[in-house]
Amino acid sequence: MLRPILADLHIHTVLSACAEVEMIPPLIVRRACRLGLGLIAVTDHNACANAEAVIRAAEGTGLAVLPGMELQTREEVHLLCLFDTVEQSLAWQAEVWSLLPPLENREEFFGPQYVVDAEGQWVRTEGRLLAASADIALEQAIARVHALGGLAIPAHVDRPSFSLLANLGMVPANLGADALEVTARFQPEAGFAQWPELRGWPLVVDGDAHTLNDMQNRTLFKVAAPTVRELSLALRGAEGRKITVDWHPTKS
Amino acid sequence: MIALAEIVQKLNLEVVGSAENLDRRVVAGYASDLLSCAMNRAKKDYVWVTLQSHANVVAVASLLDLAAVIITEGNRPDDETIARAESEGVCLLLTPKTTFTVVGELTALGVRGEPEQP
Repeated sequence: MLRPILADLHIHTVLSACAEVEMIPPLIVRRACRLGLGLIAVTDHNACANAEAVIRAAEGTGLAVLPGMELQTREEVHLLCLFDTVEQSLAWQAEVWSLLPPLENREEFFGPQYVVDAEGQWVRTEGRLLAASADIALEQAIARVHALGGLAIPAHVDRPSFSLLANLGMVPANLGADALEVTARFQPEAGFAQWPELRGWPLVVDGDAHTLNDMQNRTLFKVAAPTVRELSLALRGAEGRKITVDWHPTKS
Repeated sequence: MIALAEIVQKLNLEVVGSAENLDRRVVAGYASDLLSCAMNRAKKDYVWVTLQSHANVVAVASLLDLAAVIITEGNRPDDETIARAESEGVCLLLTPKTTFTVVGELTALGVRGEPEQP
């Protein structure tokens, strides 16, 4: 049976150097529940290590959590990579890490990268620089994510940096992505006028949350379950599944 | 105005994509790795210097009718992109040099950021 599920598919944790220290599993889950979200995805920069902790923190709450990653491609385009299982996400992380430059993070410049448990307790500090580009082209990355059974969604395409439209000028022919993400600041009238090609794409609005306040509850999926397969059907408008975006932000 | 062929020879560039317009005159140059910036700032008969080798480089060059694109740091477009450049008449010039070096050499050849006023 189909049901409506509000989703924010782009949430950072303290593993992302640029995220606030409040982005720990129990607070993310509490905020998601307060926003009425039924589904979130954990998408740290080029890494997946905190996704399982958020999944555990959400146990018993009714909130579904997809493990994911915000990949930075060769073109410096950010790509959401979403999976059903932690195993899939870690397989993808291993592939991505083989394509990242082997640089050390410098906390004084970029900020710390913490791996935490379900309670938000510190487990270890990731020493590898995650704010870098993996040596893989955007279309190749999308194909690899699909091969691993995931969803691939170019992130914040309306942003002036690290985005599909800024870095590559236009949506490439034969991109193969499942949807495009726009920021919470996207205004449909101005946005569609500036990028008419966006009208042909399923769009999702996410928080790209680096603070709890950034989280969004404006993308509604009508699906049978919060799984990659169901989300994919909804993004294609297939088998009665669909997405609806609330273009008018609520004040929260 | 300098001919593209002279730039190719002086900078020792590898020609891929379309080679039919090497007698074309270059009016000015632009350098950026953000394709959205190139779309806004480069113009017809410009040479554009970038390290990006994505297929959209060809799309931008074709859209703006650029004289050529110089792709730096040894980056090589895939076969599909080269085929598209051939069919769209877009000249791609490859070099292992950095963008900084290429722009310096272009400047020494008299290529500027804006066309000369007639």
